[in-house]
Amino acid sequence: MTWVIGGPQGSGVESAANIFARACAMTGLQIFGKREFYSNIKGEHSYFAVRVSDKNIRSNVKGITVLVAFDAETLFRHVDDVYDDGAIICDSDLAQIKVDEVPTLDTLFKSRLIEHLSSKNKELSVRGLLEICKERDITIHLVSFKNILAALAEDLQNPSVKNMFRMLNVLAVSISLGFLGLSSRPLLESVEAIFHTKPKIAELNKQAANYGYNFATAKFPKFKYSISDIQKKSKTFIVQGYQAAGLGKMACGCRFQSYYPITPASDESVFLESNEVFDVKNNRPGSTLVVQTEDEISAIGMVIGSALTGTRSATSTSGPGFSLMAEALGWAGINEVPIVVTLYQRSGPSTGLPTRHGQDDLMFAIHAGHGDFPKIVYASGDVEETFYDTAKCFNFAEYFQIPVIHMLDKFLASTITTCKRFDPNLIIIDRGKLFEKIEKDGYKRFSLTEDGISPRSKLGLENGIFWNTGDESDEFGHISEDPINRVQMMNKRASKLDLALKTITKEDQAISFGTAEFCVLSWGSTKGPILDAIDMLKKEGLNVGFIQLKLLHPFPTDRIKSLLKETRIIIDVEANQTAQLGSLLNEHLDKKVDYYILKYTGRPMTSTEIYESLKKILQTKAEKIQVLTYGA
Amino acid sequence: MEPKLADYKTDVHNDWCPGCGDFGIVNAIQMALTEMKIPRHMSAIFSGIGCSGKTSHFVNVFGVHTLHGRVLTFAQGAKLANPDMTVIAAGGDGDGLGIGAGHFVAAGRRNVDMAYIIFNNAVYGLTKGQASPTLRLGEKTKSLPNPNVNEAVNPIGLAIASGFTFVGRGYAYDVRQLKDLIIAAIKHKGLAFLDVLQPCPTYNDINTRDWFAGLDNVDEITQKPKPRIYKLEETGYDPIVHYDSESEVNEKLTQALIKSSEWDTKIPTGIFYQNELVAPYEERIADRVPNYLENPPAIQPISSDGKSITDISKILDSLEV
Repeated sequence: MTWVIGGPQGSGVESAANIFARACAMTGLQIFGKREFYSNIKGEHSYFAVRVSDKNIRSNVKGITVLVAFDAETLFRHVDDVYDDGAIICDSDLAQIKVDEVPTLDTLFKSRLIEHLSSKNKELSVRGLLEICKERDITIHLVSFKNILAALAEDLQNPSVKNMFRMLNVLAVSISLGFLGLSSRPLLESVEAIFHTKPKIAELNKQAANYGYNFATAKFPKFKYSISDIQKKSKTFIVQGYQAAGLGKMACGCRFQSYYPITPASDESVFLESNEVFDVKNNRPGSTLVVQTEDEISAIGMVIGSALTGTRSATSTSGPGFSLMAEALGWAGINEVPIVVTLYQRSGPSTGLPTRHGQDDLMFAIHAGHGDFPKIVYASGDVEETFYDTAKCFNFAEYFQIPVIHMLDKFLASTITTCKRFDPNLIIIDRGKLFEKIEKDGYKRFSLTEDGISPRSKLGLENGIFWNTGDESDEFGHISEDPINRVQMMNKRASKLDLALKTITKEDQAISFGTAEFCVLSWGSTKGPILDAIDMLKKEGLNVGFIQLKLLHPFPTDRIKSLLKETRIIIDVEANQTAQLGSLLNEHLDKKVDYYILKYTGRPMTSTEIYESLKKILQTKAEKIQVLTYGA
Repeated sequence: MEPKLADYKTDVHNDWCPGCGDFGIVNAIQMALTEMKIPRHMSAIFSGIGCSGKTSHFVNVFGVHTLHGRVLTFAQGAKLANPDMTVIAAGGDGDGLGIGAGHFVAAGRRNVDMAYIIFNNAVYGLTKGQASPTLRLGEKTKSLPNPNVNEAVNPIGLAIASGFTFVGRGYAYDVRQLKDLIIAAIKHKGLAFLDVLQPCPTYNDINTRDWFAGLDNVDEITQKPKPRIYKLEETGYDPIVHYDSESEVNEKLTQALIKSSEWDTKIPTGIFYQNELVAPYEERIADRVPNYLENPPAIQPISSDGKSITDISKILDSLEV
């Protein structure tokens, strides 16, 4: 069941979706939600799609079961996606709104909409559109929110309620849940939880929720896709991607984060600052210092400075900010400074689609910075993994004394999902060769060692004085242009990539979800949609393997080759135009990619789309490259 | 054991040009650290790129030779992670006021407790003498094909406008005064800026040692050169903001700005402005995070036997329904 709520940015779409998701999760149902919005503060169209199931779900699907619209634009943009046996709930006042009266409809979309309505001989208005819906047998519930507020005001003997349009979101959710048949308790508890800091507002919203819920159960006939509470045994954990990364950083001891505001990365830094003070077991309280800098160059400079003091340090950014960090990344590389850059990809190039999804920066991350220097590029596939991987990235950074780029993306950042509660006890902290004490003088920061890793001192450590420079340097860290030293130092640094391939476990390099004659290879947030798509195929007796690459640089050639032994057809799935992983596969493997499933609309893949594309491939009816386009 | 000047020197070969003003600055830094008896491992010098960038290799404390224009970002990160360190940032005028000007302004707003020294010679020496942001409009130093087409930035004025709470100027050939200024800058609670006039004997043939000494400007009566450099403290100038009132602050800012515009015949050195009534960044953090200064990021324990000791259970609980 997919419930979509849409309205102008700032109208409460997000809080409505949060209440809805929480209420469903509270009953033990699984949820998976994603938010879509324009680069805008107020007024442009935004929507939240929440998928609900009594089974494990990891993706969104094509189609909408219930569409709730705060405005005409939501109807214009989404009714086509509503299933024929689905439902629409919207304000009755919207019916008369004409296409031309909605200024936020861009001309490209508007011309497609007018063509659609005209081809069916319908009025160019919501009314015309709803007529098409009726012909498709979609259930339509027109509700006068104005009248409901007036009735509620009378009920509560509080005339000011009449104009409390801010409560429309709570009304919309409660009407939806009443309509869907969920019990009212979780609804009221989630309203309470969302507004818990403001008791008066919470009380009023609870009254509104109760009213809306009863209104729907009394007025609307039972809906085909009703959802019901599950007998749950324990609590349900519900979390967003950026929180997973933030919590991972806290748990693994990252104590310094600098950032410059950028979508979709800043949420994580704000989360860290909101939780800057915390308890530490058997110790005094700890804290994370979060510094908002003047730009991303400063953000990475500060991270390096902080890391030199022995502090686990990170920055979070997106493509444009990461572009600015490239020079300093090389400095961290040549000076063997352990830093973590959490890279929340969005659609580029340049500003691109700043609030939309994309996996466009894989090649850029691998090649970022001039000159030859080692780095690790590591990608997480879902929210739960993000928590544990974040901690692993810091281990990689410190163990190999190397910059690590942790690849996430907009889809992961803004996904809200139920999953297993994170377990900090599963996190291992390995700081590598970091000195806590140095007995005698003569320390060499870049001493040539067997494994290429030099014991690391930190600013403030007695007898541990060292020098760093962006120039090539000798073992002490002083500038050296000596040709023999140059080769030794270049080789020492480069050898860490081989060491990484030997040291990082196979499971941490790539995860196999079963291999087969047809096998999907992918990376990052496509994981959930791919797994759900494969399950759909399995129900039809069709078997497709899936290998999720996590370590993308250095490339885990041996691991992937060993997994591909039974595979005849390789299918590359990723959210970019040029099949960036595909080109790595073609470079490193003996077999070439046979099929590509790509999406670069700025919208994440749905499992339905991948299912359809894979099915075509299995039936050998597919083009070599399939480009997905679903989603408003 | 009493620290000696030699303890703060490295044996790295110094490849600055003979007669370079940079020698005076690095000597003054070493003298200041010795006099203040700052343990070598508790001090770090961050430097930018250019001739001045090599400074960190010549001082026997932690030395971090960073990127062009970015020295302040690295230095602030280190200082904030480990506020017990004495942090000095050093860089050129092109480094700090050209490519790094944005960081200069932002650092002023933060007021992190450290010192920043700009080696100001008005040219990009290491790239063979192009005009830097402090070269005056219309001046044509040796290797310029045409006179400079840009107006010069006023480093003292920019520092004052940006919020630096200690703003001073030294002269590379007056090492004793410079050493005292560096000590004052380090002791200052907040971000201190020192603009150090540093003749480049190779590429700046206008603002030379002789020019600063006024050899081109002889007194008609005494037939003696009239030195351009003079010391503010010898004129009864009081740079300090004594009490926290708008009129006091404005008065001290204004007089500093007026003094900063002197150049052609009289060039002031010394402390232009000092205000310790503005809370350093570290104090602003400590207002939010009560034990920040006692338990800063660099010394916080994060694990025990390889296990996380951070307690995030409350946040995890709040995410459960």
